[in-house]
Amino acid sequence: MTGQRHAHDSASPYASLPRKEDARFIRGQGTFVDDITLPGMMHGTILRSPLAHARIRSIDVTAALAHPQVEAVLTGADLAERGLAWMPTLTGDVQAVLATDKVRFQGQEIAFVVARDRYAARDALELIAVDYEPLPPVIDARTALEPHASVVRDDVPGRTNNHIFDWTAGDKTATDAVFATAEVRVGSDVMYPRSHPAPLETCGIVADYDAVAGRLALWSTTQAPHAHRTMYAMVTGVPEHKIRIVSPDLGGGFGNKVPVYPGYLCTIVASMVTGRPVKWTEDRSENLMSTTFARDYHMHGEIAATRDGRILGLRARVLADHGAFNATAQPTKYPAGFFHIFTGSYDLRAAFCEVTGVYTNKAPGGVAYSCSFRITEAVYLVERLVDMLASELGMDPAELRMRNLLRPEQFPYTCPTGWQYDSGDYPRALSLAMELAGYEDLRREQAERRARGEYMGIGLSFFTEGVGAGPREDMDILGLGMADGADLRVHPTGKAVLSVSVQTQGQGHETTFAQIVAHELGLSPDDVEVVHGDTDRTPFGLGTYGSRSTPVSGAAAVIAARKVRDRARLIAAARLEVAADDLEWAEGKWRVRGDPEQALGIAEIAMAAHSSLALPSGVEGHLDASAVYNPPNLTFPFGAYICVTDVDPLTGVVKVRRFIAVDDCGVRINPMIVEGQVHRGLADGIGMALMQAIVFDEAGNCLGGSFMDYLLPTAMECPAFELGATVTPSPHHPIGAKGVGESATVGSPAAVVNSVIDALAPFGVRHADMPLTPANVWCAIQGRQVRSDLAIQ
Amino acid sequence: MMRLTLTVNGTEYSRDVEPRLLLIHFLRDDLGLTGSHWGCDTSNCGACVVWLDETPVKSCTVLAVMAAGRRVRTVEGLASGGELDPVQHAFAKCHGLQCGFCTPGMILTARWLLDHNPSPTEAEVREAISGQICRCTGYENIVRAVLWAAQNAGGA
Repeated sequence: MTGQRHAHDSASPYASLPRKEDARFIRGQGTFVDDITLPGMMHGTILRSPLAHARIRSIDVTAALAHPQVEAVLTGADLAERGLAWMPTLTGDVQAVLATDKVRFQGQEIAFVVARDRYAARDALELIAVDYEPLPPVIDARTALEPHASVVRDDVPGRTNNHIFDWTAGDKTATDAVFATAEVRVGSDVMYPRSHPAPLETCGIVADYDAVAGRLALWSTTQAPHAHRTMYAMVTGVPEHKIRIVSPDLGGGFGNKVPVYPGYLCTIVASMVTGRPVKWTEDRSENLMSTTFARDYHMHGEIAATRDGRILGLRARVLADHGAFNATAQPTKYPAGFFHIFTGSYDLRAAFCEVTGVYTNKAPGGVAYSCSFRITEAVYLVERLVDMLASELGMDPAELRMRNLLRPEQFPYTCPTGWQYDSGDYPRALSLAMELAGYEDLRREQAERRARGEYMGIGLSFFTEGVGAGPREDMDILGLGMADGADLRVHPTGKAVLSVSVQTQGQGHETTFAQIVAHELGLSPDDVEVVHGDTDRTPFGLGTYGSRSTPVSGAAAVIAARKVRDRARLIAAARLEVAADDLEWAEGKWRVRGDPEQALGIAEIAMAAHSSLALPSGVEGHLDASAVYNPPNLTFPFGAYICVTDVDPLTGVVKVRRFIAVDDCGVRINPMIVEGQVHRGLADGIGMALMQAIVFDEAGNCLGGSFMDYLLPTAMECPAFELGATVTPSPHHPIGAKGVGESATVGSPAAVVNSVIDALAPFGVRHADMPLTPANVWCAIQGRQVRSDLAIQ
Repeated sequence: MMRLTLTVNGTEYSRDVEPRLLLIHFLRDDLGLTGSHWGCDTSNCGACVVWLDETPVKSCTVLAVMAAGRRVRTVEGLASGGELDPVQHAFAKCHGLQCGFCTPGMILTARWLLDHNPSPTEAEVREAISGQICRCTGYENIVRAVLWAAQNAGGA
């Protein structure tokens, strides 16, 4: 029987309410982008490059245009006339919308066919003739900076190499000094392979341009509708107030739906050109081969410690493969995202990291897939190093971690690379995970099995994330500060509508945000409707990714509700004919102190606020409020994970037997939803550790272009998850919530890999790169090196 | 074009279709039954699972004309007389869905499983849905939902 063991240790004012969203989904009545059909709508589809690197000599669309069902064909030349052949990325680079000069990765967009039927559009792709001059591709990131390498980005005048950036964090001198004198130093190359978020719904858009009104209406798979609107206004010339983006139900996002993709812009132009609504829905191969990937970090990490297991310092050198265009999505100041949180959860003296970004002939992207802006890579590296250190010292990895975890009294804690962790009780979380796992018993069982020739692994990871980006002075995307808004209107009958700038992709905002407001105002969550995902109906904000909805927009919702409550107090005072100071907020009502019978709830106050009641001077009528929340800092969720695996050394097959996860994401608003998000991330960790990787051959062919090749975990690979919780509120969030959407994806891969390596310890295996497929596990046992980025040995 | 006549959720439809038209596109684009989703093209994800006669099929890999003269059941046909199927109740009750994209296919497979095996074990539930992908739940609460539906077969 599937089960969960709970260790909630704090009474919460919130509850695991069933989700409001579910009523439509269980009936098949969700509205996803591809479900939308407008009268006279045309279908767009994209011709993509079969080659990773080639000069385009010519494109002939004559035959395609002659197809009876085809309405239009767009090429890069057509877009260039509108100044749209290239578009800005979220990282200050540019990306080709439709290729004009060269193709730079397999799957790159070349032409856009608009036809009356989606099958006919596909047929017409076959009628386009492109003459290519193949060029040597840059596929191996490790050779991208060699002098003979082709220059991927020769569109940039004067560019003679594939170097994008060098970036460092921490104190190199202090770190080198720690390493120079440390008793023990352990290091290793650690690859975090290219992965892909692969939401079950691919990306798509419906564009409807009204030339008379000058209005552009879009239904789009976007996690950030307001940011996309700003981008479209900047590049298309349609003024921002004339653009409406609806992001309806989304079939998952996980970071895949943050960027603006060429297909979106092509569809917009196609609607302008044809005067008709146009829909574009990418297929699965297009999704996997051209939209934003994740990771692709070639890391070298080192850890320094004393002989008795005191961790002193960390050093990391990273080669980051960004693909053909630098199209990562993260706060502008941080080209490697938040990788420099790689000091992890440990109390150490010094740390230093250096990251070099390079172009290759692969799809663009890099920051996606629930990574908390690269904290995933950082956690994986440090947790692998800690296990290697434990092995070197002959120490139990749990004991080594416990000895070095930050202590509760050290918070707020500034780590050696500058992050200020807000709150935490790390030893408590690790102790709870060990207790839930029965850690000592597991180690005993492992010893007994090893004696019988059975290979069981126990892997730990401890992670600290920084989420809820972010502080205005430090973080922006495209120059837009990372604030989010909330508008709250309470109707005369006491029913409320909350509009938020963030956008759910399955996280349950319609429920969670209703709970937040309901708790602040003494209403039932049923009486609060949450509006999101429509730029005409919601305030501006940067959207949902980086686990930022609850930390940022959730805070805005609380503040708006408290503003309403403050105004309600003045109105209640007028109604009750007492001074506002005589009222106290108790049990969801404004109540006269010392006279609890004299009390008004929000519903009664709302009616009064809209009535002819004489209001005190300075008090507006009605009961509405808005808030924009600029987070003062990130929030820092953390957790302790333990994964138990059984490995068959003859076949290399890994079976995940148990997965114990203790998460602390601060105050939980809907524990059921929180746990659901943790389940997802644990499955991600199993997938990435064991199965998922986007690999290329030497010609730059993507070998992960379908679900037959890019393997995702099913119910068979996932065990029944065992969850626990500790609650350490964030001191700077108005209700102490920290965010949880990415925690388990960030924390779990290391636990799985550590578990497998632990199982393989008798073979002398110290490290093997993900994905630990049967073949790769077998190679590790044989002592053979494996590359998990390229299909070469 | 070919004339296709079939029954979907108890209603007979007759349409002219291209022989190559996939059943999933026929259901979604021709009949407007958008509860069934398309997710992968390669029969791996199961977002498109519907019943053909009494058997779950991946409708991205079935030509619409192959359903000629047969009965198709989609998520829109699961509730009967306005009453939700216990499996539908169970998915909501047990938080067996998040984004909702895989949900119709999962629910249809679960209904088939419980029709054939009213008291499945956890392992049997996992095997039954193993041809379908969910990216949100880690399957944990889908499994719980199906087991709950089995134990509350009479309705919620």
